[in-house]
Amino acid sequence: MVKKFEAGSFDVIVVGAGHAGVEAGLAAARMGAKTLMLTINLDMVAFMPCNPSVGGPAKGIVVREIDALGGQMGRTIDKTHIQMRMLNTGKGPAVRALRAQADKVLYQQDMKETIENEPNITLLQAMVEELIIEDGECTGVISKTGATYRAKTTIITAGTFLRGEVILGDLKYSSGPNNQQPSIGLADHLRSLGFDIVRFKTGTPPRVNSQTIDYSKTEIQPGDDVPRAFSYETTEYITDQLPCWLTYTNEETHTIIDENLHRSPMYSGMIKGTGPRYCPSIEDKVVRFNDKPRHQIFLEPEGRNTKEVYVQGLSTSLPEDVQQQILTSIPGLENAQMMRSGYAIEYDAIVPTQLWPTLETKKIKNLYTAGQINGTSGYEEAAGQGLMAGINAARRAFNKEEVILSRSDAYIGVLIDDLVTKGTNEPYRLLTSRAEYRLLLRHDNADLRLKDVGREMGLVSDESFEKFVSKKEMIQGEIKRLQSVIIKPNEHVQTLLESIGSSLLKDGIKGSDLLRRPEITYNHIKAIIPADSELPFDVEEQVEIQIKYEGYIEKSLQQVDKLKKMENKKIPDGIDYDAISGIASEARQKLRDVRPLSIAQASRISGVNPADISILLVYIEQGRIAKVSGE
Amino acid sequence: MEFDTIAAISTPMGEGAIAIVRLSGDEAFAIADRVFKGMGGKQLQAVPSHTIHYGHIVDPATQTTLEEVMVSVMKGPKTFTREDVIEINCHGGLVSVNQVLQLVLRQGARIAEPGEFTKRAFLNGRIDLSQAEAVMDMIRAKTDRAMSVAMGQMEGKLSKLVQSLRQEILEILAQVEVNIDYPEYDDVEEMTLSMMMEKSTYVKGQIERLLQTSEQGKILREGLSTVIIGRPNVGKSSLLNSLVHENKAIVTDVPGTTRDVIEEYVNVRGVPLKLVDTAGIRETEDIVERIGVERSRKVLKEADLILLVLNYGEALSEEDRRLFEAVKGMDVIVIVNKTDLSQKVDMDEAAQLATHHRLVTTSLLKEQGVDELEEAIASLFFAGSLEAGDGTYVSNNRHIALLHQALAAINEAIEGAEMGTPVDMVQIDLRRTWETLGEIIGDTVQESLIDQLFSQFCLGK
Repeated sequence: MVKKFEAGSFDVIVVGAGHAGVEAGLAAARMGAKTLMLTINLDMVAFMPCNPSVGGPAKGIVVREIDALGGQMGRTIDKTHIQMRMLNTGKGPAVRALRAQADKVLYQQDMKETIENEPNITLLQAMVEELIIEDGECTGVISKTGATYRAKTTIITAGTFLRGEVILGDLKYSSGPNNQQPSIGLADHLRSLGFDIVRFKTGTPPRVNSQTIDYSKTEIQPGDDVPRAFSYETTEYITDQLPCWLTYTNEETHTIIDENLHRSPMYSGMIKGTGPRYCPSIEDKVVRFNDKPRHQIFLEPEGRNTKEVYVQGLSTSLPEDVQQQILTSIPGLENAQMMRSGYAIEYDAIVPTQLWPTLETKKIKNLYTAGQINGTSGYEEAAGQGLMAGINAARRAFNKEEVILSRSDAYIGVLIDDLVTKGTNEPYRLLTSRAEYRLLLRHDNADLRLKDVGREMGLVSDESFEKFVSKKEMIQGEIKRLQSVIIKPNEHVQTLLESIGSSLLKDGIKGSDLLRRPEITYNHIKAIIPADSELPFDVEEQVEIQIKYEGYIEKSLQQVDKLKKMENKKIPDGIDYDAISGIASEARQKLRDVRPLSIAQASRISGVNPADISILLVYIEQGRIAKVSGE
Repeated sequence: MEFDTIAAISTPMGEGAIAIVRLSGDEAFAIADRVFKGMGGKQLQAVPSHTIHYGHIVDPATQTTLEEVMVSVMKGPKTFTREDVIEINCHGGLVSVNQVLQLVLRQGARIAEPGEFTKRAFLNGRIDLSQAEAVMDMIRAKTDRAMSVAMGQMEGKLSKLVQSLRQEILEILAQVEVNIDYPEYDDVEEMTLSMMMEKSTYVKGQIERLLQTSEQGKILREGLSTVIIGRPNVGKSSLLNSLVHENKAIVTDVPGTTRDVIEEYVNVRGVPLKLVDTAGIRETEDIVERIGVERSRKVLKEADLILLVLNYGEALSEEDRRLFEAVKGMDVIVIVNKTDLSQKVDMDEAAQLATHHRLVTTSLLKEQGVDELEEAIASLFFAGSLEAGDGTYVSNNRHIALLHQALAAINEAIEGAEMGTPVDMVQIDLRRTWETLGEIIGDTVQESLIDQLFSQFCLGK
């Protein structure tokens, strides 16, 4: 037994420094909390163990939300990417999303440097094995070396390290991702505290040496040629981008996989954990969709100063020799040298319905969890949770009110609500289809939605906030102007309309009404009735979207109104579901487990039907009336 | 769930001379204003609370007048539910009251659940604590019953049809979602506006077809709506009593309208007969006079079957001839009653006026000819034009209201697509259609879309 010793006292401790951990630590520290960050390996801060990219549909919007709230992910990726692309540009504004290919090494370096430069953060290398629990409250952590750290609140962001096991072929060994040390002691400790634990599985594809790829047999996938950025703060753009490359599997690849399926741990039964449907292994894809003649393979550089290339689409846990054979069957990779093999990893995750929407555990006060430990997958999902856990842990440390984003505020709100209300039976990934109000949760308006919250948290600087306020004023001013200025059918206007195939004006028309025509853009309007001074691009974009899609936005807002009313119906603390007669037993069980905070949340629990909600409402109202008459 | 505006017929209609459609909720005044045409275009939202107003209910879509009404306007919280309440007093029978109800449902109200007005009264603090248990029991009991009704529907053809429509939409949705969430995924065809329009138009057609069946569905569910007409003293009341007493009168709850309706509802040799406007017949014999009234014409127009009664003991009058004129082109059975009296009626002329309709002679006093009359009713239903179609009917008011909402949503989707609105926006209306249809069969679950996504497409990195 190692001798324990007191090693310091903090406001907030963050265990882990992956994508959840760094956002949690930075948020807490920037809010003024004295913060300790502990990681198993200091060289692995903000490490990307899987794909070298940040953003994409839904996820990219999360990165923007993190930025609007004062988080770090967007700022760091803006400085360290090798290419950026705006996706879904051919569709409506609600689904546009930015994605960056990251330079993994630079990303890590920048993130670590940011943390090291944050005066309120103490960053240490330590393996946490135990939590200090006193009277049902977490008051600190103890490391493998016996160091005892105390804090008002603690956040665990353990990723896939908890009892991690790497599997490929019939090889299985105890390990964190990328052959890191797994965290066994903490996993055991969490079980002993009585947390419900599930076993999840995820995987990663092989990496190959760029110098051994024949790119002439692949298609180039360049970045956008206009400058892009995630962060509202970014002013400098990277122009020197690297391309990705596209190739395909073929019949031969599929035959190799078929012939070696018996060696796959997925099919031999060695892997018991539940894997994500949205990120299947190549063997899964071949088995489940055996009529598909080919699957896409993207070759993505892992950085500017490395030859490693990530083979997206080839996630696998087949034995190493089969992986090499598969690579060899793919055009462009015939001579590819595999630098790291793909593998599957199984790990412990806690059942997320054990959390409050603040990400604090229900079981132990002042203990928060965020990221993959909560059953999610993806850097962005982890970062979003980390940020919210960091904010709430710091608020608690300062005895301030909790902060919960609603489903109509942010994708982060959707993500956390899904987790704590419905739970998940596979590693959870955000999809645009999970959001009911995605027209409101756009890439372009993340600041309009969330900057005020970030400001209130103390995470948005004066300068940034002033810029934001003036942007808002410009948007409102311009919309007002377009709603009042009448465009008359003069020759200039008619010629312009004719040239873009729009019907000619018979009478004068308001600028905003003309802009509502599908074929008309803000640029056309600007050409006819220019603003007093040129407006910034993001202001013009807002004006265009808000006017053009006003009808649809209005419809969504009406739905949100309904939701808000239900959210305002709070369920009192400590309500005794057993005392309510008439609730169906399945619903009773679910309500007891989830302990929803509002009627809106209760009604989203699967297995709780409208009759149960009615009875719950009546019961709560009854209590309220009883209280009033008793006073 | 809570707080939206609810509506229901809140008077028992069997015997009452008037019936009330009650609306409660935030939107009650706004909805009423959309359908109410008062004197000098007055707005109910602007009138003082607790006042009553004369006017007409007009369907804004077709500009047809449905009913002449008195509307009570009561502003919350001094109302039964403590919400804004509108009560539309209708004078007509079940048919026109139902039309008024359906119109307000189409305008955005939701049909009230069993006991919901009372529940709101409770929730809004109007009813005291001692009644709480009773309210809860009521919710549970009624909902269980509603659930068993729903389960019955689940097995029916309606639910299969709705499910297949939803599946149709779900596939569009899933494809759009895949295009959005996996923009680089090459195996899914990009959903285009024209594909969307094509599929939406199909769905729209199906919804419209379902709505068309709603009338037939009503016949099976609520009975063949039957009106007895004739001059005073021809024996209409006797006919009514004879039909009710000869046959087993069924006391029924009409689903979706109100839970407390008692009607003259008889089973004649397997034909469900709903005797409409019976209150009027019992109260007054001067239906001829009432024929002149627009509303009575309406009752006639909407009847499935007319029983036209003549007096064997009196000569045919001008009034009789006007009655024949009024029911031209409808399904009619002519009854020459009072054969116990000496004949004064010209049977040849009566037969001539009856044209191709069945003519039956009866003496209801002596209970003669009733069998023949019942046989005539049954053969008309089973052999003739009144026979029902293929068996898929929508009859429930809640379902009809939801189908109207779904139709409105899909129309907006089609409109959007026509205007060139981006696919993912048009999808918002498609999704509303899908969710609304889901409410019919009690299934609107986000997760099923995601399941569809992953079972249909090979996705992932």
